[in-house]
Amino acid sequence: MTNLEKYINAFTTTFGIGESEVEGLEYQQIKAWDSIGHMSLVSAIEDAFGIMMDTDDIIDFSSFEKGKEILKKYDVEIESV
Amino acid sequence: MMWRLNQFKDNTAVIIEYGEKIPYSALLHDSQKLAEKVKDRCLVFNLCSNEYGSLLGYVAFLNNRIVPVMLDAHLDRMLLNNLIESYKPDYLWLPARMKNEFGYSVAYESNGYALLKTPYEKVFPLYDELALLLTTSGSTGSPKLVRQSYQNIQANTKSIAQYLDLDETERPITTLPMSYTYGLSIINTHLYVGASMILTQKTLMQKEFWQQFRDYKATSFGGVPYIYEMLDKLRFFRMDLPSLRTMTQAGGKLSPELHRKFAEYAAETGRKFIVMYGQTEATARMAYLPPEYALAKVGSMGIAIPGGKFRLIDADGNEITEPEAVGELVYEGANVTLGYAESGGDLAKGDERNGVLITGDMARRDKDGFYYIVGRKKRFLKIFGSRVNLDETERLIKSGFGDMDAACAGKDDEMVVFITDKTKEKEVQNFLEEKLNLNRLAFRVKYIESIPKNESGKTLYAALEKFYD
Repeated sequence: MTNLEKYINAFTTTFGIGESEVEGLEYQQIKAWDSIGHMSLVSAIEDAFGIMMDTDDIIDFSSFEKGKEILKKYDVEIESV
Repeated sequence: MMWRLNQFKDNTAVIIEYGEKIPYSALLHDSQKLAEKVKDRCLVFNLCSNEYGSLLGYVAFLNNRIVPVMLDAHLDRMLLNNLIESYKPDYLWLPARMKNEFGYSVAYESNGYALLKTPYEKVFPLYDELALLLTTSGSTGSPKLVRQSYQNIQANTKSIAQYLDLDETERPITTLPMSYTYGLSIINTHLYVGASMILTQKTLMQKEFWQQFRDYKATSFGGVPYIYEMLDKLRFFRMDLPSLRTMTQAGGKLSPELHRKFAEYAAETGRKFIVMYGQTEATARMAYLPPEYALAKVGSMGIAIPGGKFRLIDADGNEITEPEAVGELVYEGANVTLGYAESGGDLAKGDERNGVLITGDMARRDKDGFYYIVGRKKRFLKIFGSRVNLDETERLIKSGFGDMDAACAGKDDEMVVFITDKTKEKEVQNFLEEKLNLNRLAFRVKYIESIPKNESGKTLYAALEKFYD
């Protein structure tokens, strides 16, 4: 799996949505991405890339796009489509 | 009047998200203006969110003997319509952004909230002592509400303010909705002592929340178990929060590991961590673990609150006195609510409990008199702090999915839903997320060929346990 695929997969499995729905997705835009969903999403991403995110990054992770930026700090490059 | 706002008129009552401070004098003024529009005692639905408009409505109604039903503004629309149909409220008080969604006329607007007039005029008589109605948390579409009296709220508020040692220097930040008994009790107790409340709709998972926490110098917050799990995940113990004094916990049993972690953190940093126990049926609070025992009694929910009394009873209703024996927990106190309402006609009912609440929780008491919850008599789970009735959820699925058989089981924080139609798994998950207004991670839907039943057709829930994983 590419990093992009792993990244998308974390969103689709945590929130039960399709791949077409992840682009542009923001925190609280769908019911599943509330604070509980956020905690699971962060865990899924940490597991997928073998990283531990800092508190400031967890609470700054406010959208699908923003997450890509944050992951760069952890040397995880999400390929652009 | 429930609260003497005038007594604190120069104190700040509310700090809103972008920092504006609203004094008690303004809260009094704004709430009186609203109450004038409603005129006299009747039923109002308050669609709550953690903003000033919602609070001023609550204060207006309670202080002027108008009876609010406190509901989450995000409640599923069909469930809300059912409640309107069952209780026929005279008015709705809701976020102004929703004012055009009902086809009712706007009678008044203030601070981002709107008062809508329904076609109903005092359809059901209201019992004289009835103050407030709350759902039993975690709505499963049942119109069942808890009836709380003025005396219930006053007694519980006074008791909580006493054991938490609250004063006007407190500044709680909201982490729970005010339609939820625990969130509401935080508001009641802080209004009572003239403290300032930081109202935010941001969640722990947003940096704006922590910005507000620091900028407005929050002194306390309350959390249900999943909030403490999140704080742990956020490495809360490393955060710099100099204004923090007290953390309270209720809404379900915290794991002993987390209880210990937070108690240790509190002990090391000179703060208080207070585990509590309650139910909407007891207004809010029945027990608390005094903070000096937080470490010595990990896993305990403490002792009865000031003015309350516990006892344990066996299956025949006889009192159990020996330590460590398990029995059903019974509470006595002035905060035991009047009873339930299932429809509008029940709003005329008086006190059906006479100060005694059989909690439905199984507990034991240690030799020092501290109580521990060990299980539950009835079939419900506490998921993310909300009580979810398994039988009602089952009925909800059966009525939504026709011929398909279903059974709901599981452990706290995860419901396992068994269904007999393989193709409906995702649909059921979506349905429950919508209807119960809970994150989809609360449910795991599993296909099973048939639901195990006994000869008389009753579901054998114990036989389902082996299929949980």
